[in-house]
Amino acid sequence: MAEQVARTSRAAAVPSRDLLHPARRLLGRFGLHLIAVLIGALLMLPFYWAVSSSLKQITEVRQIPPIWWPSVAQWHNYADVWRVRFFPSWVWNSVFLTVIATTGTVVSSSLAGYAFARFRFPAKNLLFSVTLATLMLPVYVVLIPNYMLFWQLGWLNTYLPLTLPFWFGTTFSSFYGTGFFIFLFRQFFMTIPLELDEAARIDGASYPRIFWSIMLPLSGPAFATVAIIQGIAQWNSFLPPLIILNRPEAYPLSVGLRYFVVNPGDGLPRDHLLMAAAVIMTLPVILLFFIGQRYFVRGVVMSGIKG
Amino acid sequence: MIGPQEIGTRNGAGRYVLAQATTTARVTEAKGRLRREEVFWAYIFLLPWIIGLVLFIVGPMLFSLGLSFFTYTLGRDYSFAGLDNWIRAFTKDELFWPSVGRTLLYAAVLVPLSVFGALGTAMLLNQRLRFTTFYRTVFFLPHLAPIVAAAYIWLLLLNGTYGLVNELLWQIGLLVQGAGIKGPTWFGDPVWALPSLMAIAFWGAVGGNMMVIFLASLQGIPQELYEVASIDGANAWARFWHVTLPMISPTLFFNFVLACILAIQAFEAAFVATGGGPAYATWLYSLHIYRNTFEFFDMGYGSTLAWILFIVLSAFTYFQFRASRSWVYYAGETRDG
Repeated sequence: MAEQVARTSRAAAVPSRDLLHPARRLLGRFGLHLIAVLIGALLMLPFYWAVSSSLKQITEVRQIPPIWWPSVAQWHNYADVWRVRFFPSWVWNSVFLTVIATTGTVVSSSLAGYAFARFRFPAKNLLFSVTLATLMLPVYVVLIPNYMLFWQLGWLNTYLPLTLPFWFGTTFSSFYGTGFFIFLFRQFFMTIPLELDEAARIDGASYPRIFWSIMLPLSGPAFATVAIIQGIAQWNSFLPPLIILNRPEAYPLSVGLRYFVVNPGDGLPRDHLLMAAAVIMTLPVILLFFIGQRYFVRGVVMSGIKG
Repeated sequence: MIGPQEIGTRNGAGRYVLAQATTTARVTEAKGRLRREEVFWAYIFLLPWIIGLVLFIVGPMLFSLGLSFFTYTLGRDYSFAGLDNWIRAFTKDELFWPSVGRTLLYAAVLVPLSVFGALGTAMLLNQRLRFTTFYRTVFFLPHLAPIVAAAYIWLLLLNGTYGLVNELLWQIGLLVQGAGIKGPTWFGDPVWALPSLMAIAFWGAVGGNMMVIFLASLQGIPQELYEVASIDGANAWARFWHVTLPMISPTLFFNFVLACILAIQAFEAAFVATGGGPAYATWLYSLHIYRNTFEFFDMGYGSTLAWILFIVLSAFTYFQFRASRSWVYYAGETRDG
């Protein structure tokens, strides 16, 4: 009761100042909205410009002064992009690499996360520190020797270097190293009641069985989080395919975009098609983000917890 | 980040209650068997990751450290070079120190701007406005744009002759001072090329991961602290300085360290938008590594450059952690002095 009173009086103490000036408060709110809309508009401007340019004719793209919207929207630009040599393959390659690499990450890091969440074993603390240390690793220290390894194995110009390591819990050049995904799975698994494992153990279930029948069905959000974050990172991945692949038809979209700047046939600029391709490349990422926004944001927050 | 002390605290608690109740030899034996089984399965689950760690991370790292003491061009013979590569980097390579300086300048400008920019947007979103979720989504989208795509979009926006930004500058000039402002050629201008790269990175960072992390951290501050501060007569600035900042200092530290690590390794935008030019104005350290390794295939020297980066980054991160003790406040932690 006293607690109740204390809380109401305390809650009243602060807003009362604002209540004295409802007009000022309203103005303040309005100002904040204005700032938010302004920031949002500025941040959206490059996207707008990409879309608008992708619908222009090439002469309109380079018109001075620039025009905000094409006189006639050239929707066929998007069809033209698909007829650019190799473009459909690039899209397909990107999808393929993203799916295989992401699946690998999900499988390998969930297994490791399970071990760290539920088992006691020698060198556990050391190994766990290693997962976190790999987050801080600069890309090149691993990229150069790996490149040589792949060269030695004859894997250059194949998709093996861009997919296989992910099945062994490695990722190159992404903000989220695998260590982060292992950590994320571990944190999530630890929220699942231990009693479930024990009950299953008493019923004679093996550890793989517990993982498959208890952890997996209860961890949908964790799997979604990792899949979305890694999926986006892999779709955008640029440096590894750039150094591993050198046949244009094998490129993913990220590397292929570089071949848009001029038309190889006549050397004419084709900024409008480049912008259409950029839009096509960005769209799936944004779509994926909207589908899994809840999970994505939670994953990002988890990466920052504990500071 | 995560201290080792909290690892595995939940583990084992109560797991062997049954076994502990009795102390017969048979139970002890069964316990030992269970324990061995547990260890066995733990390593089975860890196996893919451990193989990957040895094969693709630790092994290669050690190999590249060794390689930094050799002269080796891909496909040719190895020859031991002692410290030659290291000496070459520090004394003979004319692009080395300028690229180091440029990278540090890039990080020194970009990191504070983007960290405090992201804190600003997070604080704006923390005002319990309506449509906050919508604003958050809009602010976040640039962070999702593939950097390659973003680089091309910005190349168009910042084009010297038909770019939108220069047109806007011209119009603003007409409006304000009656004469148009003639913008630079941005990526084509040795002075403005690096700031243009910073603009791309800032665009993606100001509403990105850092903002989301800040926002979560701000929402975790107990409202009571602000109320008490207000009663004590603290104005908005004092509340920010004495409540918000100390309470989010762990997040601030985390974002700051990560932003530094990323900024120092910046590569893609520079590679795509300028290729290091004009006149080496955007020749960042990572481009220097890339050129030597994947264009000249000078793997020995490339490894040396990569290890210099690794050592500097590790030392830098270590000192940041050391320094953080004096300014990062962890709630619930007791401190003397």
